[in-house]
Amino acid sequence: MKFAIKSVAACAMMTVAAGVFAQNGQTVKIAFIDPLSGPFANVGQNQLKSWQFAADKLGGAKSAAGVKFEVVGFDNKGSPQESLNSLKAAIDQGFRYVTQGNGSGAALAISGAVAKHNERNPGKEVVFLNYAAVDPALTNEKCDYWHFRLDADTSMKMEALTSFMKDQPKVSKVYLINQNYSHGQQVAKYFKDAIARKRPDVKIVGEDLHPIGQVKDFSPYVAKIKQSGANAIVTGNWGADLTLLVKALNDSGLKLPMYTYYAQVTGTPTALAAGGDGEVYVIAYGSANQPGEIGALSNEYKKKFNDDYYTYATYNGINLLSGAIAKAKSIDPVKVAAALEGLTVKSFAGEVQMRKTDHQLQQSMYVTKWQKVDKKYPYSVENTGYTFAPIKQMDPYIASTPTSCQMKRPG
Amino acid sequence: MEFFAISLLNGVSYGLLLFMLSSGLTLIFSMMGVLNFAHASFYMLGAYFSYTLTGWLGFWAALVLAPVGVGIFGALFERYVLRRVHQYGHVAELLITFGMSYIMLELVQLVWGRSSVDYRVPAALDGPLFTLYGTQFPMYRAFMMAVALSMLAALWLLLTRSRVGMVIQAALTHPHMVEALGHNVPRVFMLVFGGGCALAGLAGVIGGNAFVTEPGMAAAVGGIIFVVVVVGGMGSLGGAFLASLLIGVLQTFAVAVDVSIQSALHSVGMSVTTETFGYALLKLKVSQVAPILPYLLLVLMLIFRPKGLLGTRED
Repeated sequence: MKFAIKSVAACAMMTVAAGVFAQNGQTVKIAFIDPLSGPFANVGQNQLKSWQFAADKLGGAKSAAGVKFEVVGFDNKGSPQESLNSLKAAIDQGFRYVTQGNGSGAALAISGAVAKHNERNPGKEVVFLNYAAVDPALTNEKCDYWHFRLDADTSMKMEALTSFMKDQPKVSKVYLINQNYSHGQQVAKYFKDAIARKRPDVKIVGEDLHPIGQVKDFSPYVAKIKQSGANAIVTGNWGADLTLLVKALNDSGLKLPMYTYYAQVTGTPTALAAGGDGEVYVIAYGSANQPGEIGALSNEYKKKFNDDYYTYATYNGINLLSGAIAKAKSIDPVKVAAALEGLTVKSFAGEVQMRKTDHQLQQSMYVTKWQKVDKKYPYSVENTGYTFAPIKQMDPYIASTPTSCQMKRPG
Repeated sequence: MEFFAISLLNGVSYGLLLFMLSSGLTLIFSMMGVLNFAHASFYMLGAYFSYTLTGWLGFWAALVLAPVGVGIFGALFERYVLRRVHQYGHVAELLITFGMSYIMLELVQLVWGRSSVDYRVPAALDGPLFTLYGTQFPMYRAFMMAVALSMLAALWLLLTRSRVGMVIQAALTHPHMVEALGHNVPRVFMLVFGGGCALAGLAGVIGGNAFVTEPGMAAAVGGIIFVVVVVGGMGSLGGAFLASLLIGVLQTFAVAVDVSIQSALHSVGMSVTTETFGYALLKLKVSQVAPILPYLLLVLMLIFRPKGLLGTRED
């Protein structure tokens, strides 16, 4: 009897506690706009699953706001023009939250279109969560009130990477090799800028910009790197451009440490493993062997999809939205956007904060190293028997960079 | 000297890979007049077949069986699809191979997924062959070169010194006469097409693990093999060989040249700054445009010598 009363009381209390919030039980629909077909489809498909998985695991009862999340994919075929069509379709279907990440060109297009839409359609505002487009312009000269970036931008990654390289005495001559488009050029530019401040003695002994996705054989570049006498390589390359470079380096026997951005992205680890051991570092806001809740989620994701969960921005994204909705006590994008500004939530590595001045998430950064799995770091990336082991974790202030954003707030 | 030697070696080995890729295409074109747009897709198919067969039977069995499988697939395609549209002329043939390349891409993605597969170089061929000035030359590259050269020799012998080759050559110029002599000309064409596809498949077996086996691999080489065939002279095996080496060496050395128009003007005393008209173009270094050079060569060749280096076809 006593027990029954207690449970009834508990139930009643829970109902009351939950009933306080007006938004409770509502569903927040998020439109995912990224390539779901074409050459980069494997990455887009993985990230769509990641968003849906995070929405499923962190929404509903587990959400701070008590709301459910639903993520629906829209294929933008990787093009800014198609992104605008997808955005329009999503808005027409009633989506008030959109997310995108692959390609800053598409991100800039969406950000601009969202700003225009919100200006012209009061009461139907849309919030844009950018989870992976890293062009610093998005939170600087082209910043917008409705755009929120969950990834760390290139300038932040370079800040963190150079802070790590500063303490590597054997690095004295660096070779830069990048894809010849905005991202690759920015990697080169921000690296030169940051390393000159932190290690003026480090020389840039060579710099190459090659066409994206055109180079089949990287051995001529490797010969050039060797000729230059470099003892470290920095590259923002991804996909086949990264794996072929690593293969060519392995083939020539030139064992140089490589500092990269995107070695963990779908497909690359498999090719890296085929190329054998190599000293490859990755700078990112997470690592493959994260302990705690996100580690458990990664394992569950792998079991479910036989794929890797590496887009942790989805984890922060859902938690930030939950936090903002709880704070705003509404799922109305206007109130949620206001609540997101300056919001701090608990993440998988300490706390993260959505900086108010430019809507850039301030978060911890990691340097991880490619190695065979061992007892300490058992997570086998893409079932290759290799993993990215964390070497260094850096607090958010280390990677934080100033912004030139002059945010125009509505009203 | 050191850099020159290594670059030359790199250039030649890359050129030989290009030859391996384009020999089947030029064979089919010279014999049948069909410009096979799906050629690079057969290359991809070879890589994927070989990946699967390597898992079952090992690399050496795959080296033989995968090209055979691709060849059979190509022969069936010729027999049941290409032959039907043959009567409508070359444009229809070209379009159907174009469509085929898309179908094959989607099929590969359905069967093997959209991501790259873990297709590795066999352990016996993994590792350096020799070390030149401190740079290793991988054994697998040497293997690749040897296969390409033996492919050239075998093809040449087959076409010029064997009975089958003579029938094929005769069927090209005098099909009715050959038919009257009791040879099945359509079957000869089917064999030629299958053989050309098998060559692409062989290139896939060897190129797939040397580079990356992924659905984008066909598109990545699709353009360059057409350059080889056009520059070499449509339908000339020797021309394709020459063009492959030329392009391989050209591209490799261009990567090493860090000269731009800006620096050239600078050395003669003219200064170019960000204010100068066309700065974006002037500051481009040769190394930056290296991978585009073959396409420039293609355009120049078509303007100044449309039949290619060793081409004989006038039409």
